[in-house]
Amino acid sequence: MSEPPGAAVSLAESESKNENEAPPADTSSRPLTAQRVQPLRRPGRWIVTAVVLVLVAQILHGLVTNPFYQWDRFRYWFLRPTVLDGLVVTLEVTALSAVLGLVGGILLALARLSGSPVLRAVSWTYTWLLRSVPLIVVLIFLYNFSALYKTLSLGVPFGPAFVTFDESRLATDMAIAVIGLSLNEAAYAAEVVRGGLLSVDQGQHEAAAALGLPQGYQFRRIVFPQALRSITPNYVNQLIGLVKSTSLVFYVSLLDLFGTVQSMGSTYPGDVVPLLLVATVWYLILTSAVSVVQFYVERYYARGATRTLPPTPVQKARAGLAGLRARLRREAAV
Amino acid sequence: MSTAPAPGKTAPAPGKTAPAPEKTAPVALEVHDVHKWYGAHRVLDGIDLTIRPGEVTVILGPSGSGKSTLLRVINHLEKPEIGHVSVGGELIGVKRHGDRLKELGERAILAQRGRIGFVFQNFNLFPHLTVLDNVAAAPVATGRLSKPAARELARELLDRVGLGDRTGSYPRQLSGGQQQRVAIARALALRPGVILFDEPTSALDPELVGEVLAVIKDLATSGTTLVIVTHEIGFAREVADRVVFIDGGRIVEQGPPGQVLDQPRHERTRDFLRKVL
Repeated sequence: MSEPPGAAVSLAESESKNENEAPPADTSSRPLTAQRVQPLRRPGRWIVTAVVLVLVAQILHGLVTNPFYQWDRFRYWFLRPTVLDGLVVTLEVTALSAVLGLVGGILLALARLSGSPVLRAVSWTYTWLLRSVPLIVVLIFLYNFSALYKTLSLGVPFGPAFVTFDESRLATDMAIAVIGLSLNEAAYAAEVVRGGLLSVDQGQHEAAAALGLPQGYQFRRIVFPQALRSITPNYVNQLIGLVKSTSLVFYVSLLDLFGTVQSMGSTYPGDVVPLLLVATVWYLILTSAVSVVQFYVERYYARGATRTLPPTPVQKARAGLAGLRARLRREAAV
Repeated sequence: MSTAPAPGKTAPAPGKTAPAPEKTAPVALEVHDVHKWYGAHRVLDGIDLTIRPGEVTVILGPSGSGKSTLLRVINHLEKPEIGHVSVGGELIGVKRHGDRLKELGERAILAQRGRIGFVFQNFNLFPHLTVLDNVAAAPVATGRLSKPAARELARELLDRVGLGDRTGSYPRQLSGGQQQRVAIARALALRPGVILFDEPTSALDPELVGEVLAVIKDLATSGTTLVIVTHEIGFAREVADRVVFIDGGRIVEQGPPGQVLDQPRHERTRDFLRKVL
């Protein structure tokens, strides 16, 4: 390590030196006039880009031309009513479980952060248990639940019951799916929400308390909106996982998008691949929609956190085009 | 800045050269034999302090002497282990049952905090709310004012601290000095009987200190009861009716600024002043 301090820098630059920088030694005595610094050329990056583009083109070409994918059958199935019915089930299950899971997660997170050791322990145990058990096990367990408990009743604990439900009538396939996914989702959401709440500066709690803001107001208007900034990306991650987890409800005999595709595939064995492609494209569309919503939700909760809001894709594209045009004009001038 | 140190005052009584207040005088804030400790570490070790309405008290002391903790005990952000605090004759955070003190519920404590303004070293403005909403939030949330009335009041207060043109900005778009002035307006919005300042200029660039001190000085001359923890000795000399020097969780000495700052009686006070001046 006895090299001069500039060694590391010059190493990085050396590859471009020979082609880029050729000022004759005699000009160095002349005073340098102010001018734009020429950006470093990066030929390596161009080569890698070209290779990747060729590979991508090859994959796309294969996708379109390979008869194995049967794109005509894909077109036939894509908007079939049975498939759309399955899609609606997927959307319903996802939406209900996302909301119930988030509400459950918020309650669990508050319990975990509360002063009561019992609440903390219950919350921790719930999260531990539900994160440890595979979702498919939870779902099948719930499916058989009505066999274990014939009736469900509201009343004094261990005492007389006021209302009694017949379990088999209460537990539709949809209810089982939503309950199972919500229970599972709540355990993960609890940690996401807790992380978000912990990320809010202690000074915010103190300032809210010092102003005498009522406790509910402190949580709803001061702490939670700031926590949402870090909750959003993590919860969306969770949500995208949920969209795909809904495919497991097929095992409790609910015909969601995947279930429909699966059962159609066994009826029309020749169409298995195009049917799987139909499901894939719909899942892609769903997760893309979630990502777009995420961008705008994050942008909304970034108010005040950054001095300027991040640009929307439209603004970015416009700025990118303007930059490119300016660069081309500059290079044309040189 | 041209006003002479002491005579510029309007509110305080002429008897302020005597450090001990008369028995009959009304009391804005009383701290009675307060002890506070964390484990074995004693932060406050028997603090007694009586402050009259309109009085401006500056608390000085080396770092770790318990100044900030004292302020936080006054508005009950920290609970004292022994002793009690009262503001305007009302016990803070506790209720008297015969000879015993019982802890109040969270809701009652929050209601009491409205009577005690608090300005933090790091401003602690709500970053997701506009400047106007930062100031208007508390009167609305506590049910004192309607939303339009609170916004009207917020505009007035922001005008008063010289930020009437920044109502729509978010806190992070402001300089530190501007943020602290918003924080002062926010504390004023509940019309508190006492305002506590916890090193209000310590987090500021030197050239921004003046604008915040000017706002505090304006409050001081308008007869608001202020308790200020600060290291700005010159400012203390200018606005304080009383300077209290704290070290090791005890009040070492107190009196008018001319006495404590210029003829300190205790070696520890002299030592501290030598270091900061």
